[in-house]
Amino acid sequence: MNGLVYTRFELLRAFRNRRFFIFSLGFPLVLYFVIAGPQRNNHDFAGTGISAPLYYMAGLASFGTMMSMISTGARIAGERQAGWTRQLRITPLSSRAYFRAKVLTAYAMASTSLILLYVAGASLGVSQSAPRWLEMTGLILVGLLPFGALGIALGHLLTVDSLGPVTGGTVSLLALVSGTWFPVTHGFLHDLGQCLPSYWLVRAGHIAIGGSAWGTLGWLVVAGWTILLVAVAAYAYQRDTNRV
Amino acid sequence: MFETGSSLVNTMPAEGIQLQRLVKSYRGPQGLVRAVRGIDISIAPGETVALLGPNGAGKSTTIDMMLGLTRPDDGSVSVFGHTPREAVDSGLVGGMLQTGGALIRDLSVREVIQVMASVYPNPMDVEEVISVAGLREAAGQRTQKLSGGQTQRVRFAIALVANPALLVLDEPTVAMDVEGRRDFWATMREYAGRGKTVVFATHYLEEADANADRAVLMAHGRIVADGPTTEIKARVGTRTIRATLAGIDRAELAQLPGVSTAERHGDAVILRCSDSDQAIRELLTRYASVRDIEITGAALEDAFLELTSDPDGDREAPVPDSAGTPS
Repeated sequence: MNGLVYTRFELLRAFRNRRFFIFSLGFPLVLYFVIAGPQRNNHDFAGTGISAPLYYMAGLASFGTMMSMISTGARIAGERQAGWTRQLRITPLSSRAYFRAKVLTAYAMASTSLILLYVAGASLGVSQSAPRWLEMTGLILVGLLPFGALGIALGHLLTVDSLGPVTGGTVSLLALVSGTWFPVTHGFLHDLGQCLPSYWLVRAGHIAIGGSAWGTLGWLVVAGWTILLVAVAAYAYQRDTNRV
Repeated sequence: MFETGSSLVNTMPAEGIQLQRLVKSYRGPQGLVRAVRGIDISIAPGETVALLGPNGAGKSTTIDMMLGLTRPDDGSVSVFGHTPREAVDSGLVGGMLQTGGALIRDLSVREVIQVMASVYPNPMDVEEVISVAGLREAAGQRTQKLSGGQTQRVRFAIALVANPALLVLDEPTVAMDVEGRRDFWATMREYAGRGKTVVFATHYLEEADANADRAVLMAHGRIVADGPTTEIKARVGTRTIRATLAGIDRAELAQLPGVSTAERHGDAVILRCSDSDQAIRELLTRYASVRDIEITGAALEDAFLELTSDPDGDREAPVPDSAGTPS
């Protein structure tokens, strides 16, 4: 019926959660200043043609926003454990409204993380033209779609206890391979990275060097993962709710 | 209390709730569990019905099917002429499920009730629900800080705020203290008094007796008895009198008011009583020679098991391969 109120309270819950502030907002910010701060005058980071503060802003933005999106899974797993998911199923709230609330909340959290990193980046001298900021933001938001689906899928497949390690491990590995910490420009890791949506999230930051940051391959990879993970999320939700 | 929304009674179709030949099995750790083995229950609109039975009787599975949480293997469920899913989607049903006992975190009690009110087409007033559920003092508290009893009250409030034509409660008083239980049942009876249909599961005969018009006694997935609670009560002896009494016929003892069955072993007699107070008075009045009297409260669980002993096994070995499934 009225999924809007449900979404509003879902947001309220998410922003009241202390772990969210520490891990999804605080952690990437602290890392950013620790890593990029000392290199603030490096204007051509590791031969990429972009400054170190911009490189790490894009890298940590991808890290923080991935964390925010996937943390949906932790909230879902918690709700399942509490029996809340079953309780919702005996209300008129549609599964569409349920998913909408989850995805919007994840995006709200990711956007907060993103804005904070932009501010942090600006404080270390990152500057771009307005269209560049917008394009970069747009690409990041699109690139987060598969992670929103991944969060929902994990939340319905895993338990509260297993979700923390799985989420942490996945995000760390993805960040490593995708060039969050240092550019991966050749070899197996590079080939692997290009097949992952997180790689293209980091690449969104490279918009600053001009031209199209993604290209056909980028769009295909992001679209492919989105379709795949949405299907997995739908399956996980179905399986979970059809259980005795 | 309950001033709003009484017109819903009139819009409620006359069919009530019909469970027909319901069968449900599921795979448990020890093979196939035949949770519900063909039950028929017909509930009239406005009736308050207790599903009574020991753990594992099939009460929760029955409730899950009534709410559309589980699809029956066979048979049909009709809720006011709709499928359970349709009834739920149109806001006719409010439920309090058996769960881990927790609520979603990081919202206050009032906010949780507001969220739930927002998804129903014809909800009760949130402040009214807070009052009747006894949550006035806890309304501003975060849900993760509540006691077990308060949590149960919130879960009841969530079911109530739907303002449902059918209120379903699965073992609602678990984790409530004595006072909490009393308040809870008083609120439930008031709600039922508005012409609403209420179905609740319990393994306490006293709860069924005090709060339901009718009890459906279940054991091992079947209905063992279905009728006014007085009838069920008469069949399930709640207390046992043991005494030494020579020379009185067993049949004569069984006829005593308040006694449901009588046994004798030599001079020792064992009387299972539906009303042990009445039975002991009669026993002392009629038989002066009775001595060594001992009255024990039989655990209801034991009484159920006795009344409902399972003839053909609760579980079956998993079917090996294509040899066929039990039908």
